[in-house]
Amino acid sequence: MKEGTMAEMHRLKIRVNGEDYELYVKPKTLLVEVIRDHLGLTGTKRGCNSGACGACTVILNGMAVKSCSVLALQADGAEVLTVEGLAKGSELHPLQKAFLDHGAYQCGFCTSGMLMSAKALLDENPSPTKEEIKEGIHGNLCRCTGYNSIVRAIAAVAEGKYEEAER
Amino acid sequence: MIKDFRYLRPQDLQEALGMLTEHAGEAKVICGGQSLLILMRQGLVAPEYLIDIKHLEELSYIRPNEDGLRIGATTTHRALEKSKELAERYPIIPEMEETLASIQTRNWGTIGGNLSHADPAGDPAPVLIALGAKVKLAKADGTREMALEDFFLDYFETALEEDELLVEISVPPVPARTGVAFEKFTIIGCDMGIVSATVRVTLDEGGRAAEARVVLGGAAPTPLRAKGAEEVLVGEDLREELLEEAGRKASEECEPISDIHASEGYRRELVRVLTKRMLRKAWQRAAQG
Repeated sequence: MKEGTMAEMHRLKIRVNGEDYELYVKPKTLLVEVIRDHLGLTGTKRGCNSGACGACTVILNGMAVKSCSVLALQADGAEVLTVEGLAKGSELHPLQKAFLDHGAYQCGFCTSGMLMSAKALLDENPSPTKEEIKEGIHGNLCRCTGYNSIVRAIAAVAEGKYEEAER
Repeated sequence: MIKDFRYLRPQDLQEALGMLTEHAGEAKVICGGQSLLILMRQGLVAPEYLIDIKHLEELSYIRPNEDGLRIGATTTHRALEKSKELAERYPIIPEMEETLASIQTRNWGTIGGNLSHADPAGDPAPVLIALGAKVKLAKADGTREMALEDFFLDYFETALEEDELLVEISVPPVPARTGVAFEKFTIIGCDMGIVSATVRVTLDEGGRAAEARVVLGGAAPTPLRAKGAEEVLVGEDLREELLEEAGRKASEECEPISDIHASEGYRRELVRVLTKRMLRKAWQRAAQG
């Protein structure tokens, strides 16, 4: 942009975890910045900030995406689910319960992204094989090397060990 | 930190092309942005205008018919990966897409964006070149078509003019007795490939190679057809020494660089091995169907 030119603000309408928001953002704003900095939903983590680590994974119109690699304005009118939207009130989502039971995290930084990738996987394929689970979390790095327990936790949910009325 | 830009959101392709004409030289087109946003964050690309075509549904399609296959530029990698029609008629395309980056990237990233980004290590270009793909480039006042292999000029440089947009990829029908195989070498699954090799072989009725394409990724400033390797294959039967020779030729004629991921020598060795391996696989596939 040329010197002295101000970036105009654009209106963004977005539904996050069932709540409608309307805000004004600069075009360069990323979806992760809207989620964390504008809406204060800091469960979504900003890790590598370059599309490699998957910590910022959210579900956008039903698809897992890396929110550090999506322009917020491209999510105008869209529906976003973040980790804060998984639990129903104080009742944890089956995946969250399974992650707790299986010790599927150590430092926890990758956990919200893992949960969202796992949710997107199970929404598309409710009974994945172990290989399919591994493919489903392929784009999420865990640096505490907790992959085995994460796969076991997701498998337990897929096997119906964490039933609830509405997943 | 991404530099500020003006955001333009055309309603349709025609309006997008008009914007490109009006802001030629100052504008970049964004679709999924899975590559572009990284370059913008690094400050390597800082356009004054960003024209967003992600929402242009008119460019999102996969249309196979008797004349071949047409793919719209805003079609996502995930759509190509999951397409049942492609799995049946061009199975190498979903097979390649399955290992492209991560699910998240494939959900948002698009085929047109990937090709226009022109990273020589990108996965789709070598496979599409092996299939003989063409690209359609549109301007406000007309379109032109060119072979995909001529589209790439240098690292991250394409034949696209400043006011031009890649709108469609077309792939001819696959002849009978043709096999295609693709493999890339990565350190971990989601990484960019260090080197890839795609081989397409079409056999004659006697089982000899009537036509062959060997296309390398990450081994030159652009996706590279290893024509020396192709030449040694034509008219020949499958045998171990032929595989060896084709691999050796490809390894000699590629122009890889050394970087943090791999040395030039390592890349040449990968080219030799992968070419050989993909040649065997493609040949077996051709013999089966």
